Amino acid sequence: MSTIEVSSLAKSYGSLHAVDGISFSVKDGQVFSLLGPNGAGKTTTIEILEGLREQDEGQVKVLGLDPWKEGYQLHKKIGVIPQGFKFVDYATPKEAINYYAALFGVKVDADAILKKVILEDSADVYFTKLSGGQKQKVGLALSLVNDPQLVFLDEPTTGLDPQARRAVWDVIRTLRSEDRSVLLTTHYLDEAEELADEVAIMNHGKIIASGTPAEIIAQHGSGRQGESLEDVFVKLVGEEGHGQAGDLPAPAAPRRRF
Amino acid sequence: MVSGRRIRADLTVFGRGYIRSRIGLFFSLIFPIILILLFGAIFSGSGSSRVPVYLQNNDNNSTASLGFIKALNSTNTMAITMVSSGVNFSQYLASHSGASGIVIPSGFQGDISARPPKSVSVTVYGNPASSTSGIVTGVTGAVVSAFNLRIANASAIVSTQSVSVASKTFKYIDYLIPGLVGFAVLTSPMFALVNISSQYKRDKIFKQLSLTPLTKTEWLISKITWYVFLTLISFVLMTGAGTLFFGAHITFAPGIIPFLLLGPFLFVSLGMLVGTVSKSVESAAVVGNLITFPMMFLSGTFFPVDTMPAYLQTVAHVLPLFYVIDGLNNVMLYGNYNAALTDVGVLVVLSLVVFGLAVRFFKWRED
Repeated sequence: MSTIEVSSLAKSYGSLHAVDGISFSVKDGQVFSLLGPNGAGKTTTIEILEGLREQDEGQVKVLGLDPWKEGYQLHKKIGVIPQGFKFVDYATPKEAINYYAALFGVKVDADAILKKVILEDSADVYFTKLSGGQKQKVGLALSLVNDPQLVFLDEPTTGLDPQARRAVWDVIRTLRSEDRSVLLTTHYLDEAEELADEVAIMNHGKIIASGTPAEIIAQHGSGRQGESLEDVFVKLVGEEGHGQAGDLPAPAAPRRRF
Repeated sequence: MVSGRRIRADLTVFGRGYIRSRIGLFFSLIFPIILILLFGAIFSGSGSSRVPVYLQNNDNNSTASLGFIKALNSTNTMAITMVSSGVNFSQYLASHSGASGIVIPSGFQGDISARPPKSVSVTVYGNPASSTSGIVTGVTGAVVSAFNLRIANASAIVSTQSVSVASKTFKYIDYLIPGLVGFAVLTSPMFALVNISSQYKRDKIFKQLSLTPLTKTEWLISKITWYVFLTLISFVLMTGAGTLFFGAHITFAPGIIPFLLLGPFLFVSLGMLVGTVSKSVESAAVVGNLITFPMMFLSGTFFPVDTMPAYLQTVAHVLPLFYVIDGLNNVMLYGNYNAALTDVGVLVVLSLVVFGLAVRFFKWRED
């Protein structure tokens, strides 16, 4: 059975076709990664899957439910970290977890969750005093409170230092080992290559390539030895395909990050 | 379905955050006390309530003119500053920014003691824009009348006697407190909710909460509960400060309670409505101020509504805060429970409508 089924999904904002007729599915227990430059339609897609936005066209089933109409049931089974996660300034990670537990009506071991996301040292620090990476980990911790079958991670490592990125990767691996499905969007190609079972590359609202990283390299690459997913991505998306938003690194960098 | 457990959880996180941030606490607890101290000091001090008046005596300190000044002084309404008789009086007033002045003409004694007496005018200078000038004109007129009676060897037949409205003797501070409580009831929840709701929207905290079983109604009820709690505390603090420092008489009638509940209910909802329909934190603040400031001044907080021009009184009657302050006045000062009941009725209807609109337009998620 599939955790996520998407067919012919479309969503426009005025004349902008943010998502332009995409179809894909995510199997149970898979880490599935949506890749693409800024403005490709990743966040719109993920928000439709979470039930935060209503699609214009197409069918969406997440854990067998319609996210927009059956959001209330769906939200009990999924965990979400939105892009740039923020929380109440003067609450500690531990209090945040207990808050979510009370909202979901579940009993949790806050310390165990904090340990899982490697945040036990900052359990009692106010959210506003945490670093960017630690804030992101609070989001990760909260997404796990309701013991979700499926976790949505929207750019969970953007802006994090390398250690914090690795820590988040470890958590994603743990989630996978616990048979949870993960939908991950990211700018970082190495991240997808490292973690994802399957990848879909989006550009201008369309999926332009999908499959395992190895399949994508085999299908769309130049056949050169040692080619990375990143090389193929650049070839597919093209030099003009990115750089629409301000937070991309300077193009002069030798190993380009997206 | 509304869940008490979720409301409690949200209330705990919100209330704790509120206390820890301290800024909100200042505005809801310390600021109301400052207001009472400030307004109490301005209006209750005995010395400062006298109107400053400049007086020029051009009658060579004659017995009659000195008697007239003594009579003015004995009214206890004026703080008289003498101006020497050679000076140009209107220039002197202007250069001292004086709003009121009195000139006793030369020949004052001679004219009033002539047989038959000649008519003579005491000149009163006043600034029509200054409320204190009216006091000076009135008091001088009264002293002049008394002089006239004496000269005519007559005695007053009709006289006035002052009785304070309401059953007890109230002080000025007692008239101030309902308005200032109303001010706190309005500003604390209104400013906070406009700010919080637009910020939560910007930071996508609402979006995130929409992914939990917490509902919009529960979230709003939690905020209302918190601000009712704060309002009750600030009411106790304000009346406490009024009693302690200015000897206010507060009747803790149960009739006060509905207003301390409905006020925050209404203004939390209104703040929420303004915050969520606005596009950004900045525009929310502007819209919030546009709604709050007129209400702050026109609902009887600092000035009684019935002293305002008729058209402003009409405006006041459409402002929700008016019914909070009018109701508090009716209960705390006049014991007029029938009128207070009407105020409660208006507030119940307004609160339910605004609450309903806030829940309706408050968007957890986008479409």
